[in-house]
Amino acid sequence: MALILSVLEQGMIYAIMALGVYITYKILDFPDLTVDGSFPMGAAVACILISKGINPYLTLPVSFLAGAVVGMITGLIHVKLKVRDLLSGIIMMTALYTVNLRIAGRANLPIYNEENIFDNRLVNAVFPAALQNYKTVIIIFFIMIITKYILDWYMNSQSGFMLRAVGDNETIVTSLGVDKGTVKIIGLSIANGLVCLSGCIFANQQRFFDISSGTGTVVIGLASVIIGTSVFKKVTFLRVTSSVIIGSLLYKACVAVAIRVIPASSDLKLVTAVLFLVILVIGADRRKKVKKNA
Amino acid sequence: MLELKHIDKNYNPGSVNELCLFQDFNLIVEDRQFVSVVGSNGSGKTSMLNLICGSIDADRGQILVNGEDITGKKDYLRQRKIGRVYQDPARGTCPNMTILENMSIADNKGKVFGLGRGVKKHRMEEYREMLRPLGLGLEDKLHTRVGSLSGGQRQALALLMSTMTPIEFLILDEHTAALDPKTAEIIMELTDKIVREKQVTTIMVTHNLRYAVEYGNRLIMMHEGKAILDKCGEDKKAVRTEEIMKIFNEISVECGN
Repeated sequence: MALILSVLEQGMIYAIMALGVYITYKILDFPDLTVDGSFPMGAAVACILISKGINPYLTLPVSFLAGAVVGMITGLIHVKLKVRDLLSGIIMMTALYTVNLRIAGRANLPIYNEENIFDNRLVNAVFPAALQNYKTVIIIFFIMIITKYILDWYMNSQSGFMLRAVGDNETIVTSLGVDKGTVKIIGLSIANGLVCLSGCIFANQQRFFDISSGTGTVVIGLASVIIGTSVFKKVTFLRVTSSVIIGSLLYKACVAVAIRVIPASSDLKLVTAVLFLVILVIGADRRKKVKKNA
Repeated sequence: MLELKHIDKNYNPGSVNELCLFQDFNLIVEDRQFVSVVGSNGSGKTSMLNLICGSIDADRGQILVNGEDITGKKDYLRQRKIGRVYQDPARGTCPNMTILENMSIADNKGKVFGLGRGVKKHRMEEYREMLRPLGLGLEDKLHTRVGSLSGGQRQALALLMSTMTPIEFLILDEHTAALDPKTAEIIMELTDKIVREKQVTTIMVTHNLRYAVEYGNRLIMMHEGKAILDKCGEDKKAVRTEEIMKIFNEISVECGN
């Protein structure tokens, strides 16, 4: 039971990050490595604010905004300075390592004794004793669902249509009198905002910030997106955002099983890499991408 | 009125592949003209359209629209008043969006794309009425992904989308070249109808000499960056396809094709 609960909690936290990766990877066709820096940034923002005694719920919007600014900078580097997509992300990821250290003040910042969004006087009073063990998963669920619906709402707006169009066919965006560079910057902002928000929730749940917590974020995100979009490709009633969320849960479940069978925790990264490769091959996403515009 | 003044354009300047395409190229297109442009490959037809739309920049010279200099204006700003249909039907539509979604974005061309709803539900009936005259049955497929339509259907939709909002110029870049003869005929008739109805100034590049002769009220033949033939009004009406074909063959032989 504890294992299922942990998979659900982690899966839903990372699902918010995966929604961001979905925007960059699937919609914009932009392999954005900034996420490896913007995820721990959310954690750093959360821990430093909470340790300073600020209401933990405020860390959510603040980290989203911080991530949006970071995504915007990646976008500006790519669009205005004409640096290749992959390199723009690498530059930002590298820079953010220092930025995150500066935000938190050190490489490790525990907040075990502080209130957080899952554990505070209000939440503890609202949830009856029987549900105390499930309050974290319930709160994460609500945050995730609200995020999903806001994203769905945005993707169906005129601005969201431009975001979808720019990944689909850049030419038409220009011909509609819209600057495609601006659309990409907006997309990267939203994506990194979501990733940073996810990192913030992660820190609230883990009760500490660790500078290395972002390593491999992009792999988790990509794996979730690819599982979600390829497994549920045929299920038309399911919105793509829902598929990505389910993909994230499935991925976390796979990892949870893998951890149980591997000999040492130091082998985890290798297992993750192999798992990712298997997902890529089964998903056969590369072929589909080439044919996308045919 | 569109004016191209003293345009110079070189490709790959300074390298062994340097290609001087335009040298002091001039063109004036009056309002409501329907210009057909023919010419061999590499004669500068598409480059001319790209210069007008801002997809490429001239090395020298000016481009004026109704007296306003647009030479340095960004492509997306220029295209708010220009409708363009490409040879490849895939470039004028979004394959992963439905017909309704595609028409909704085209309907919003030149305006702000904000947080308003992307699909204009209240306009659905009007969209159907626009699609019905095409005779392709698209009016019953509003919720179909455009990527699953045929090339001809997509091109008809692209043409419709490019002329949904008020535009000053319609730019057609070999827009029937990728279609089968029958579909090409349908698209060409549709083009003529739209141009007449909207009274829009049109520049059509085509490799089909018959279309160039049959449609439009001005004909230009380009060769090595120059307009070597320019017939307008009554002169244009007198032009026969065979005549054009003869000149075309002569210049092609010169080039060694």
